[in-house]
Amino acid sequence: MNPQSNSSTPATTEPGVGGSVVLAWLVVGLPLAWGVSQTFIKALALFK
Amino acid sequence: MADNSTSFLDRTRTVAGPGYNRWLVPPAALAIHLAIGQAYAFSVFNKPLGSLISGDADHPAAGDWTLAQIGLTFSIAIVLLGLSAAIFGKWLERVGPRKAMLASALCFGGGFLIASLGVSLHNIWLVYFGYGFVGGIGLGIGYISPVSTLIKWFPDRKGVATGMAIMGFGGGAMIGSPLATSLMAHFKASAPQGVAPTFIVMGIIYLLFMQFGVWSIRVPADDWKPAGYVPNEEHSALITTGNVSADNAIKTPQFWLLWVVLLCNVTAGIGVLETASPLIQSVIKGTEKGKGMDEAALVAAGAGFVGLLSLFNLLGRFFWSSASDKLGRKITYAIYFGLGILLYAIAPTLSHNAQLALFVIVCCVIISMYGGGFATVPAYLSDLFGKYQVGAIHGRLLTAWSTAAIMGHLIVSTLTEHAKASGLTGAATYQPVFYTMAGLLVVGLLADLAVTAVNEKYQEKGPSPFKPVTTKSQSFSI
Repeated sequence: MNPQSNSSTPATTEPGVGGSVVLAWLVVGLPLAWGVSQTFIKALALFK
Repeated sequence: MADNSTSFLDRTRTVAGPGYNRWLVPPAALAIHLAIGQAYAFSVFNKPLGSLISGDADHPAAGDWTLAQIGLTFSIAIVLLGLSAAIFGKWLERVGPRKAMLASALCFGGGFLIASLGVSLHNIWLVYFGYGFVGGIGLGIGYISPVSTLIKWFPDRKGVATGMAIMGFGGGAMIGSPLATSLMAHFKASAPQGVAPTFIVMGIIYLLFMQFGVWSIRVPADDWKPAGYVPNEEHSALITTGNVSADNAIKTPQFWLLWVVLLCNVTAGIGVLETASPLIQSVIKGTEKGKGMDEAALVAAGAGFVGLLSLFNLLGRFFWSSASDKLGRKITYAIYFGLGILLYAIAPTLSHNAQLALFVIVCCVIISMYGGGFATVPAYLSDLFGKYQVGAIHGRLLTAWSTAAIMGHLIVSTLTEHAKASGLTGAATYQPVFYTMAGLLVVGLLADLAVTAVNEKYQEKGPSPFKPVTTKSQSFSI
Protein backbone atom coordinates (compact mmCIF):
# COMPACT_ATOMS: atom_id res chain seq x y z
CA MET A 1 0.00 0.00 0.00
CA ASN A 2 3.02 2.26 0.01
CA PRO A 3 1.90 4.91 -2.41
CA GLN A 4 5.38 5.96 -3.39
CA SER A 5 6.68 2.50 -4.06
CA ASN A 6 7.39 2.09 -7.73
CA SER A 7 10.68 0.29 -7.37
CA SER A 8 11.32 -3.23 -8.58
CA THR A 9 9.24 -5.69 -6.61
CA PRO A 10 9.33 -9.03 -8.36
CA ALA A 11 7.33 -11.47 -6.30
CA THR A 12 9.07 -14.50 -4.93
CA THR A 13 6.00 -16.04 -3.34
CA GLU A 14 2.28 -15.56 -3.74
CA PRO A 15 0.79 -13.91 -0.65
CA GLY A 16 -1.82 -16.00 1.09
CA VAL A 17 -5.53 -15.24 0.95
CA GLY A 18 -5.93 -12.62 3.67
CA GLY A 19 -8.99 -11.10 5.26
CA SER A 20 -8.82 -8.12 2.93
CA VAL A 21 -9.10 -10.39 -0.10
CA VAL A 22 -12.12 -12.17 1.35
CA LEU A 23 -13.72 -8.84 2.26
CA ALA A 24 -13.06 -7.39 -1.19
CA TRP A 25 -14.68 -10.36 -2.88
CA LEU A 26 -17.67 -10.15 -0.54
CA VAL A 27 -18.21 -6.49 -1.47
CA VAL A 28 -18.71 -7.41 -5.11
CA GLY A 29 -19.80 -11.02 -4.66
CA LEU A 30 -22.86 -10.35 -2.52
CA PRO A 31 -24.60 -7.94 -4.93
CA LEU A 32 -23.70 -10.24 -7.81
CA ALA A 33 -25.09 -13.27 -5.99
CA TRP A 34 -28.30 -11.33 -5.26
CA GLY A 35 -28.64 -10.36 -8.92
CA VAL A 36 -27.96 -13.89 -10.12
CA SER A 37 -30.52 -15.33 -7.68
CA GLN A 38 -33.17 -12.83 -8.85
CA THR A 39 -32.47 -13.74 -12.47
CA PHE A 40 -32.52 -17.45 -11.68
CA ILE A 41 -35.93 -17.12 -10.02
CA LYS A 42 -37.19 -15.27 -13.09
CA ALA A 43 -35.73 -17.91 -15.38
CA LEU A 44 -37.63 -20.65 -13.54
CA ALA A 45 -40.83 -19.35 -15.16
CA LEU A 46 -39.62 -20.91 -18.39
CA PHE A 47 -39.75 -24.37 -16.88
CA LYS A 48 -43.16 -24.10 -15.20
CA MET B 1 -4.41 18.11 -16.08
CA ALA B 2 -3.01 16.84 -12.83
CA ASP B 3 -2.13 19.14 -10.02
CA ASN B 4 -1.33 18.70 -6.35
CA SER B 5 -4.98 18.50 -5.39
CA THR B 6 -5.45 15.41 -7.52
CA SER B 7 -2.04 13.81 -7.14
CA PHE B 8 -3.53 11.07 -5.00
CA LEU B 9 -5.25 9.90 -8.16
CA ASP B 10 -2.02 9.59 -10.15
CA ARG B 11 -0.72 6.30 -11.41
CA THR B 12 2.43 6.67 -9.30
CA ARG B 13 0.28 6.74 -6.16
CA THR B 14 -1.39 3.45 -7.08
CA VAL B 15 1.73 1.31 -7.51
CA ALA B 16 1.43 -1.72 -5.23
CA GLY B 17 4.05 -2.33 -2.58
CA PRO B 18 5.81 -5.63 -1.94
CA GLY B 19 3.57 -8.46 -0.79
CA TYR B 20 0.42 -6.99 -2.33
CA ASN B 21 -2.07 -9.73 -3.14
CA ARG B 22 -3.03 -9.48 -6.81
CA TRP B 23 -6.39 -11.14 -6.10
CA LEU B 24 -7.50 -7.79 -4.66
CA VAL B 25 -7.47 -6.34 -8.19
CA PRO B 26 -10.34 -8.32 -9.80
CA PRO B 27 -12.86 -7.15 -7.16
CA ALA B 28 -11.83 -3.55 -7.88
CA ALA B 29 -12.44 -4.16 -11.56
CA LEU B 30 -15.72 -5.93 -10.82
CA ALA B 31 -16.95 -2.96 -8.78
CA ILE B 32 -16.75 -0.84 -11.92
CA HIS B 33 -18.16 -3.40 -14.33
CA LEU B 34 -21.01 -4.50 -12.05
CA ALA B 35 -22.10 -0.86 -11.89
CA ILE B 36 -21.83 0.11 -15.55
CA GLY B 37 -23.33 -3.22 -16.61
CA GLN B 38 -26.62 -1.71 -15.46
CA ALA B 39 -26.83 -0.28 -18.99
CA TYR B 40 -27.90 -3.70 -20.26
CA ALA B 41 -30.96 -3.42 -18.03
CA PHE B 42 -32.10 -0.04 -19.32
CA SER B 43 -35.12 -1.66 -20.96
CA VAL B 44 -36.62 -2.04 -17.47
CA PHE B 45 -37.40 1.70 -17.72
CA ASN B 46 -39.10 1.45 -21.13
CA LYS B 47 -42.68 1.08 -19.93
CA PRO B 48 -42.45 3.49 -16.95
CA LEU B 49 -40.77 6.16 -19.11
CA GLY B 50 -43.41 5.65 -21.76
CA SER B 51 -46.29 6.33 -19.37
CA LEU B 52 -45.11 9.27 -17.26
CA ILE B 53 -48.17 11.33 -18.24
CA SER B 54 -50.85 8.66 -18.52
CA GLY B 55 -49.64 6.60 -15.57
CA ASP B 56 -50.78 3.49 -17.44
CA ALA B 57 -48.18 1.66 -19.49
CA ASP B 58 -50.85 -0.06 -21.58
CA HIS B 59 -52.68 3.15 -22.44
CA PRO B 60 -50.18 5.95 -23.15
CA ALA B 61 -51.49 9.51 -23.35
CA ALA B 62 -50.70 12.15 -25.95
CA GLY B 63 -47.25 13.49 -25.14
CA ASP B 64 -46.01 10.25 -23.59
CA TRP B 65 -42.66 9.18 -25.01
CA THR B 66 -42.74 6.36 -27.55
CA LEU B 67 -40.70 3.19 -27.24
CA ALA B 68 -38.55 4.33 -30.17
CA GLN B 69 -37.80 7.64 -28.44
CA ILE B 70 -36.89 5.87 -25.19
CA GLY B 71 -34.85 3.17 -26.92
CA LEU B 72 -32.66 5.84 -28.49
CA THR B 73 -31.28 6.60 -25.02
CA PHE B 74 -29.66 3.16 -24.82
CA SER B 75 -28.41 3.40 -28.39
CA ILE B 76 -26.72 6.74 -27.66
CA ALA B 77 -25.11 5.24 -24.54
CA ILE B 78 -23.68 2.28 -26.46
CA VAL B 79 -22.38 4.48 -29.27
CA LEU B 80 -20.76 6.77 -26.70
CA LEU B 81 -19.33 3.70 -24.97
CA GLY B 82 -17.39 2.78 -28.09
CA LEU B 83 -16.39 6.34 -28.97
CA SER B 84 -15.22 7.30 -25.49
CA ALA B 85 -13.32 4.03 -25.06
CA ALA B 86 -11.54 4.77 -28.31
CA ILE B 87 -10.89 8.44 -27.55
CA PHE B 88 -9.88 8.19 -23.89
CA GLY B 89 -7.89 4.94 -24.11
CA LYS B 90 -4.47 6.59 -24.38
CA TRP B 91 -5.33 9.07 -21.65
CA LEU B 92 -6.24 6.14 -19.43
CA GLU B 93 -2.95 4.39 -20.12
CA ARG B 94 -1.09 7.54 -19.09
CA VAL B 95 -2.95 8.59 -15.96
CA GLY B 96 -3.65 5.08 -14.70
CA PRO B 97 -6.81 3.23 -13.70
CA ARG B 98 -7.71 5.17 -10.54
CA LYS B 99 -8.27 8.52 -12.22
CA ALA B 100 -10.08 6.83 -15.09
CA MET B 101 -12.35 4.88 -12.74
CA LEU B 102 -13.21 8.06 -10.85
CA ALA B 103 -14.02 9.82 -14.13
CA SER B 104 -16.21 6.87 -15.08
CA ALA B 105 -18.03 6.92 -11.73
CA LEU B 106 -18.67 10.66 -11.97
CA CYS B 107 -19.97 10.39 -15.53
CA PHE B 108 -22.08 7.29 -14.96
CA GLY B 109 -23.55 8.43 -11.64
CA GLY B 110 -23.87 12.02 -12.87
CA GLY B 111 -25.60 10.82 -16.01
CA PHE B 112 -28.35 9.29 -13.90
CA LEU B 113 -28.79 12.57 -12.01
CA ILE B 114 -29.06 14.62 -15.21
CA ALA B 115 -31.49 12.07 -16.65
CA SER B 116 -33.58 12.36 -13.49
CA LEU B 117 -33.92 16.07 -14.14
CA GLY B 118 -34.95 15.25 -17.69
CA VAL B 119 -37.66 12.92 -16.43
CA SER B 120 -38.91 15.48 -13.91
CA LEU B 121 -39.10 18.18 -16.62
CA HIS B 122 -40.37 15.64 -19.16
CA ASN B 123 -37.55 16.64 -21.48
CA ILE B 124 -36.30 13.65 -23.48
CA TRP B 125 -33.24 15.57 -24.72
CA LEU B 126 -32.03 15.92 -21.17
CA VAL B 127 -32.44 12.16 -20.71
CA TYR B 128 -30.45 11.59 -23.90
CA PHE B 129 -27.75 13.96 -22.68
CA GLY B 130 -27.65 12.56 -19.15
CA TYR B 131 -27.95 8.80 -19.43
CA GLY B 132 -26.98 8.54 -23.11
CA PHE B 133 -24.16 11.04 -23.59
CA VAL B 134 -22.62 11.65 -20.15
CA GLY B 135 -23.45 8.18 -18.85
CA GLY B 136 -22.22 6.65 -22.12
CA ILE B 137 -18.83 8.30 -21.64
CA GLY B 138 -18.77 6.77 -18.15
CA LEU B 139 -19.53 3.39 -19.70
CA GLY B 140 -16.66 3.62 -22.18
CA ILE B 141 -14.01 4.82 -19.75
CA GLY B 142 -15.19 2.39 -17.07
CA TYR B 143 -15.28 -0.59 -19.41
CA ILE B 144 -11.63 -0.31 -20.42
CA SER B 145 -10.29 1.16 -17.15
CA PRO B 146 -9.25 -2.11 -15.45
CA VAL B 147 -8.29 -4.12 -18.55
CA SER B 148 -4.59 -3.33 -18.97
CA THR B 149 -4.10 -3.34 -15.18
CA LEU B 150 -5.56 -6.84 -14.93
CA ILE B 151 -3.43 -8.10 -17.81
CA LYS B 152 -0.30 -6.72 -16.13
CA TRP B 153 -1.23 -8.40 -12.83
CA PHE B 154 -2.14 -11.71 -14.47
CA PRO B 155 0.24 -12.30 -17.41
CA ASP B 156 -0.07 -16.00 -16.67
CA ARG B 157 -3.91 -15.99 -16.67
CA LYS B 158 -4.95 -13.11 -18.88
CA GLY B 159 -8.19 -14.78 -19.94
CA VAL B 160 -9.22 -15.59 -16.39
CA ALA B 161 -8.52 -12.06 -15.20
CA THR B 162 -10.28 -10.16 -17.96
CA GLY B 163 -13.05 -12.75 -17.97
CA MET B 164 -13.78 -12.02 -14.32
CA ALA B 165 -14.03 -8.27 -14.92
CA ILE B 166 -16.06 -8.43 -18.09
CA MET B 167 -18.29 -11.05 -16.47
CA GLY B 168 -19.21 -8.21 -14.14
CA PHE B 169 -20.64 -6.23 -17.06
CA GLY B 170 -23.02 -9.12 -17.72
CA GLY B 171 -23.83 -9.38 -14.03
CA GLY B 172 -24.53 -5.66 -13.76
CA ALA B 173 -27.82 -6.03 -15.58
CA MET B 174 -28.90 -8.74 -13.17
CA ILE B 175 -28.44 -6.34 -10.29
CA GLY B 176 -29.67 -3.22 -12.08
CA SER B 177 -32.96 -4.67 -13.28
CA PRO B 178 -34.44 -5.88 -9.93
CA LEU B 179 -32.93 -2.87 -8.16
CA ALA B 180 -34.70 -0.47 -10.52
CA THR B 181 -37.95 -2.41 -10.29
CA SER B 182 -37.88 -2.30 -6.48
CA LEU B 183 -37.02 1.39 -6.36
CA MET B 184 -39.71 2.37 -8.87
CA ALA B 185 -42.30 0.46 -6.87
CA HIS B 186 -41.12 2.22 -3.71
CA PHE B 187 -41.26 5.73 -5.22
CA LYS B 188 -44.35 5.25 -7.37
CA ALA B 189 -46.58 7.15 -4.97
CA SER B 190 -44.30 10.19 -4.85
CA ALA B 191 -43.42 10.67 -8.54
CA PRO B 192 -44.79 9.60 -11.93
CA GLN B 193 -43.96 5.89 -12.15
CA GLY B 194 -41.27 6.53 -9.53
CA VAL B 195 -38.66 6.99 -12.27
CA ALA B 196 -37.06 10.34 -11.36
CA PRO B 197 -36.26 9.47 -7.72
CA THR B 198 -35.14 6.00 -8.84
CA PHE B 199 -32.63 7.62 -11.20
CA ILE B 200 -31.33 9.80 -8.34
CA VAL B 201 -30.95 6.90 -5.93
CA MET B 202 -29.34 4.65 -8.54
CA GLY B 203 -26.95 7.42 -9.56
CA ILE B 204 -25.83 7.85 -5.96
CA ILE B 205 -25.63 4.10 -5.29
CA TYR B 206 -23.49 3.48 -8.36
CA LEU B 207 -21.29 6.51 -7.69
CA LEU B 208 -20.57 5.21 -4.19
CA PHE B 209 -20.21 1.56 -5.17
CA MET B 210 -17.69 2.43 -7.88
CA GLN B 211 -15.56 4.20 -5.26
CA PHE B 212 -14.61 0.75 -3.98
CA GLY B 213 -12.90 0.12 -7.31
CA VAL B 214 -11.41 3.62 -7.46
CA TRP B 215 -9.70 3.38 -4.10
CA SER B 216 -8.73 -0.29 -4.06
CA ILE B 217 -7.21 -0.53 -7.54
CA ARG B 218 -3.42 -0.93 -7.67
CA VAL B 219 -1.00 -1.25 -10.56
CA PRO B 220 2.03 -3.53 -10.37
CA ALA B 221 5.57 -2.17 -10.33
CA ASP B 222 7.13 -2.00 -13.78
CA ASP B 223 9.09 -5.24 -13.57
CA TRP B 224 6.75 -7.15 -11.27
CA LYS B 225 5.86 -10.66 -12.28
CA PRO B 226 4.03 -13.51 -10.54
CA ALA B 227 6.10 -15.95 -8.54
CA GLY B 228 7.67 -18.56 -10.79
CA TYR B 229 6.15 -17.04 -13.91
CA VAL B 230 7.82 -17.95 -17.19
CA PRO B 231 6.23 -16.52 -20.33
CA ASN B 232 4.36 -19.32 -22.08
CA GLU B 233 5.26 -19.70 -25.73
CA GLU B 234 3.68 -23.06 -26.33
CA HIS B 235 0.38 -21.89 -27.86
CA SER B 236 1.60 -20.20 -30.99
CA ALA B 237 3.78 -17.57 -32.48
CA LEU B 238 0.85 -15.17 -32.10
CA ILE B 239 1.92 -14.28 -28.56
CA THR B 240 4.37 -11.42 -28.87
CA THR B 241 7.14 -10.45 -26.52
CA GLY B 242 7.21 -6.96 -28.01
CA ASN B 243 4.88 -4.02 -27.54
CA VAL B 244 2.84 -2.09 -30.06
CA SER B 245 1.42 1.36 -29.32
CA ALA B 246 -2.26 2.12 -29.85
CA ASP B 247 -1.41 4.45 -32.73
CA ASN B 248 0.58 1.74 -34.49
CA ALA B 249 -1.89 -1.03 -33.67
CA ILE B 250 -4.61 0.52 -35.82
CA LYS B 251 -2.19 0.48 -38.76
CA THR B 252 -1.96 -3.30 -38.62
CA PRO B 253 -4.26 -5.71 -40.46
CA GLN B 254 -4.51 -7.75 -37.26
CA PHE B 255 -6.34 -4.94 -35.47
CA TRP B 256 -8.93 -4.68 -38.23
CA LEU B 257 -9.33 -8.44 -38.48
CA LEU B 258 -10.13 -8.51 -34.76
CA TRP B 259 -12.47 -5.55 -35.30
CA VAL B 260 -14.38 -7.68 -37.83
CA VAL B 261 -14.23 -10.67 -35.45
CA LEU B 262 -15.82 -8.67 -32.63
CA LEU B 263 -18.33 -7.02 -34.96
CA CYS B 264 -19.56 -10.38 -36.30
CA ASN B 265 -19.70 -12.07 -32.92
CA VAL B 266 -21.63 -9.24 -31.26
CA THR B 267 -24.00 -8.66 -34.18
CA ALA B 268 -24.89 -12.35 -34.27
CA GLY B 269 -25.52 -12.39 -30.50
CA ILE B 270 -27.81 -9.38 -30.80
CA GLY B 271 -29.82 -11.41 -33.32
CA VAL B 272 -30.69 -13.88 -30.56
CA LEU B 273 -31.07 -11.36 -27.75
CA GLU B 274 -33.50 -9.13 -29.68
CA THR B 275 -35.70 -12.01 -30.79
CA ALA B 276 -35.47 -14.19 -27.68
CA SER B 277 -38.71 -13.31 -25.93
CA PRO B 278 -41.16 -13.37 -28.87
CA LEU B 279 -39.38 -16.33 -30.45
CA ILE B 280 -39.55 -18.57 -27.39
CA GLN B 281 -43.22 -17.70 -26.99
CA SER B 282 -43.83 -18.85 -30.56
CA VAL B 283 -41.89 -22.06 -29.95
CA ILE B 284 -43.82 -22.78 -26.75
CA LYS B 285 -47.14 -22.17 -28.54
CA GLY B 286 -46.15 -24.93 -30.94
CA THR B 287 -45.76 -27.50 -28.18
CA GLU B 288 -48.54 -29.59 -26.64
CA LYS B 289 -48.01 -27.86 -23.29
CA GLY B 290 -48.04 -24.41 -24.87
CA LYS B 291 -51.44 -24.83 -26.51
CA GLY B 292 -53.10 -24.58 -23.12
CA MET B 293 -51.08 -21.62 -21.85
CA ASP B 294 -52.60 -18.16 -21.47
CA GLU B 295 -50.93 -14.98 -22.69
CA ALA B 296 -49.60 -13.97 -19.24
CA ALA B 297 -47.88 -17.34 -18.79
CA LEU B 298 -46.30 -17.04 -22.24
CA VAL B 299 -44.99 -13.56 -21.47
CA ALA B 300 -43.57 -14.82 -18.15
CA ALA B 301 -41.89 -17.70 -19.97
CA GLY B 302 -40.43 -15.21 -22.46
CA ALA B 303 -39.02 -13.12 -19.62
CA GLY B 304 -37.70 -16.30 -18.02
CA PHE B 305 -35.91 -17.23 -21.23
CA VAL B 306 -34.30 -13.78 -21.39
CA GLY B 307 -33.18 -14.28 -17.77
CA LEU B 308 -31.72 -17.69 -18.59
CA LEU B 309 -29.80 -16.19 -21.51
CA SER B 310 -28.44 -13.50 -19.17
CA LEU B 311 -27.09 -16.21 -16.88
CA PHE B 312 -25.34 -17.96 -19.77
CA ASN B 313 -24.05 -14.62 -21.06
CA LEU B 314 -22.47 -14.12 -17.63
CA LEU B 315 -21.09 -17.65 -17.28
CA GLY B 316 -19.78 -17.67 -20.85
CA ARG B 317 -17.71 -14.58 -20.21
CA PHE B 318 -15.75 -16.34 -17.50
CA PHE B 319 -15.81 -19.88 -18.87
CA TRP B 320 -14.71 -19.20 -22.45
CA SER B 321 -12.22 -16.52 -21.54
CA SER B 322 -10.60 -18.82 -18.98
CA ALA B 323 -10.61 -21.68 -21.47
CA SER B 324 -8.79 -19.46 -23.95
CA ASP B 325 -5.78 -19.43 -21.62
CA LYS B 326 -5.45 -23.15 -22.37
CA LEU B 327 -6.78 -23.31 -25.92
CA GLY B 328 -5.24 -20.15 -27.30
CA ARG B 329 -7.33 -17.16 -28.45
CA LYS B 330 -7.43 -17.97 -32.15
CA ILE B 331 -8.76 -21.48 -31.54
CA THR B 332 -11.27 -20.19 -29.00
CA TYR B 333 -12.71 -17.72 -31.53
CA ALA B 334 -12.70 -20.44 -34.17
CA ILE B 335 -14.91 -22.45 -31.78
CA TYR B 336 -17.23 -19.45 -31.26
CA PHE B 337 -17.66 -19.10 -34.99
CA GLY B 338 -17.48 -22.75 -36.10
CA LEU B 339 -19.87 -24.01 -33.43
CA GLY B 340 -21.90 -20.82 -33.79
CA ILE B 341 -22.48 -21.37 -37.51
CA LEU B 342 -23.78 -24.87 -36.79
CA LEU B 343 -26.03 -23.76 -33.93
CA TYR B 344 -27.46 -20.71 -35.74
CA ALA B 345 -28.17 -22.94 -38.74
CA ILE B 346 -30.09 -25.60 -36.77
CA ALA B 347 -31.94 -23.24 -34.41
CA PRO B 348 -34.69 -22.35 -36.95
CA THR B 349 -35.38 -26.05 -37.56
CA LEU B 350 -35.62 -26.71 -33.83
CA SER B 351 -37.97 -23.77 -33.36
CA HIS B 352 -40.08 -24.81 -36.36
CA ASN B 353 -40.41 -28.35 -34.98
CA ALA B 354 -41.18 -26.98 -31.49
CA GLN B 355 -38.25 -28.88 -29.96
CA LEU B 356 -38.26 -26.58 -26.98
CA ALA B 357 -35.56 -28.14 -24.78
CA LEU B 358 -33.03 -28.44 -27.60
CA PHE B 359 -33.82 -24.95 -28.82
CA VAL B 360 -33.24 -23.50 -25.34
CA ILE B 361 -29.92 -25.35 -25.00
CA VAL B 362 -28.75 -24.14 -28.42
CA CYS B 363 -29.59 -20.52 -27.61
CA CYS B 364 -27.85 -20.76 -24.22
CA VAL B 365 -24.65 -22.04 -25.84
CA ILE B 366 -24.85 -19.30 -28.50
CA ILE B 367 -25.20 -16.60 -25.87
CA SER B 368 -22.39 -18.04 -23.77
CA MET B 369 -20.13 -17.59 -26.81
CA TYR B 370 -21.47 -14.07 -27.38
CA GLY B 371 -20.36 -13.18 -23.84
CA GLY B 372 -17.15 -15.12 -24.28
CA GLY B 373 -16.30 -13.05 -27.33
CA PHE B 374 -16.37 -9.85 -25.27
CA ALA B 375 -14.26 -11.34 -22.49
CA THR B 376 -11.62 -13.03 -24.63
CA VAL B 377 -10.78 -10.11 -26.86
CA PRO B 378 -8.58 -8.13 -24.39
CA ALA B 379 -6.34 -11.19 -23.93
CA TYR B 380 -6.25 -11.69 -27.73
CA LEU B 381 -5.14 -8.07 -28.12
CA SER B 382 -2.52 -8.49 -25.42
CA ASP B 383 -1.18 -11.61 -27.16
CA LEU B 384 -0.85 -9.75 -30.46
CA PHE B 385 0.18 -6.26 -29.36
CA GLY B 386 1.73 -6.72 -25.92
CA LYS B 387 0.52 -5.11 -22.72
CA TYR B 388 2.00 -1.63 -23.23
CA GLN B 389 -1.20 0.13 -24.40
CA VAL B 390 -3.60 -2.80 -24.52
CA GLY B 391 -6.31 -0.80 -22.73
CA ALA B 392 -6.18 1.92 -25.36
CA ILE B 393 -6.14 -0.62 -28.20
CA HIS B 394 -9.11 -2.38 -26.59
CA GLY B 395 -10.89 0.95 -26.40
CA ARG B 396 -10.46 1.52 -30.11
CA LEU B 397 -11.65 -1.99 -30.87
CA LEU B 398 -14.88 -1.35 -28.97
CA THR B 399 -16.09 0.86 -31.81
CA ALA B 400 -16.94 -2.53 -33.36
CA TRP B 401 -19.41 -3.03 -30.49
CA SER B 402 -21.10 0.30 -31.17
CA THR B 403 -21.31 -0.56 -34.86
CA ALA B 404 -22.71 -4.00 -34.04
CA ALA B 405 -25.35 -2.49 -31.76
CA ILE B 406 -26.68 -0.45 -34.66
CA MET B 407 -26.14 -3.11 -37.33
CA GLY B 408 -27.62 -5.96 -35.28
CA HIS B 409 -30.79 -4.00 -34.52
CA LEU B 410 -31.17 -2.99 -38.18
CA ILE B 411 -30.71 -6.55 -39.44
CA VAL B 412 -33.22 -7.95 -36.96
CA SER B 413 -35.88 -5.29 -37.51
CA THR B 414 -35.52 -5.28 -41.32
CA LEU B 415 -35.59 -9.06 -41.70
CA THR B 416 -38.48 -9.67 -39.29
CA GLU B 417 -40.58 -6.92 -40.88
CA HIS B 418 -39.86 -8.34 -44.31
CA ALA B 419 -40.71 -11.85 -43.12
CA LYS B 420 -44.02 -10.65 -41.68
CA ALA B 421 -44.80 -8.79 -44.90
CA SER B 422 -44.10 -12.02 -46.79
CA GLY B 423 -46.73 -13.82 -44.76
CA LEU B 424 -44.47 -15.72 -42.36
CA THR B 425 -45.85 -16.12 -38.86
CA GLY B 426 -44.75 -17.42 -35.47
CA ALA B 427 -41.25 -18.81 -35.11
CA ALA B 428 -40.78 -18.76 -38.90
CA THR B 429 -40.69 -14.94 -38.73
CA TYR B 430 -37.25 -15.12 -37.15
CA GLN B 431 -35.69 -17.80 -39.35
CA PRO B 432 -34.08 -15.31 -41.79
CA VAL B 433 -32.38 -13.59 -38.84
CA PHE B 434 -30.71 -16.82 -37.72
CA TYR B 435 -29.58 -17.79 -41.23
CA THR B 436 -28.20 -14.29 -41.84
CA MET B 437 -26.32 -14.35 -38.56
CA ALA B 438 -24.87 -17.77 -39.47
CA GLY B 439 -23.57 -16.16 -42.66
CA LEU B 440 -22.07 -13.33 -40.66
CA LEU B 441 -20.27 -15.84 -38.47
CA VAL B 442 -18.63 -17.31 -41.59
CA VAL B 443 -17.13 -13.86 -42.20
CA GLY B 444 -15.99 -13.74 -38.57
CA LEU B 445 -14.40 -17.18 -38.84
CA LEU B 446 -12.47 -16.20 -41.96
CA ALA B 447 -11.25 -13.03 -40.24
CA ASP B 448 -10.11 -15.02 -37.20
CA LEU B 449 -8.33 -17.60 -39.33
CA ALA B 450 -6.51 -14.79 -41.18
CA VAL B 451 -4.94 -13.44 -37.97
CA THR B 452 -1.17 -13.87 -37.94
CA ALA B 453 1.62 -12.46 -35.78
CA VAL B 454 2.05 -8.69 -35.96
CA ASN B 455 5.00 -7.51 -38.05
CA GLU B 456 7.89 -6.45 -35.81
CA LYS B 457 8.18 -3.12 -37.61
CA TYR B 458 5.14 -1.93 -35.63
CA GLN B 459 6.73 -2.69 -32.26
CA GLU B 460 8.16 -0.06 -29.96
CA LYS B 461 11.90 0.28 -30.39
CA GLY B 462 14.54 0.82 -27.76
CA PRO B 463 14.23 0.28 -24.00
CA SER B 464 11.05 -0.98 -22.38
CA PRO B 465 8.19 1.46 -22.82
CA PHE B 466 7.13 0.72 -19.25
CA LYS B 467 8.47 3.81 -17.58
CA PRO B 468 7.13 5.26 -14.37
CA VAL B 469 4.47 7.67 -15.44
CA THR B 470 4.33 11.14 -13.98
CA THR B 471 1.39 13.19 -15.02
CA LYS B 472 2.28 16.40 -13.21
CA SER B 473 4.28 17.81 -16.06
CA GLN B 474 1.98 16.54 -18.76
CA SER B 475 -0.79 18.49 -20.27
CA PHE B 476 -4.09 16.82 -21.05
CA SER B 477 -4.08 15.33 -24.47
CA ILE B 478 -5.71 12.31 -25.98
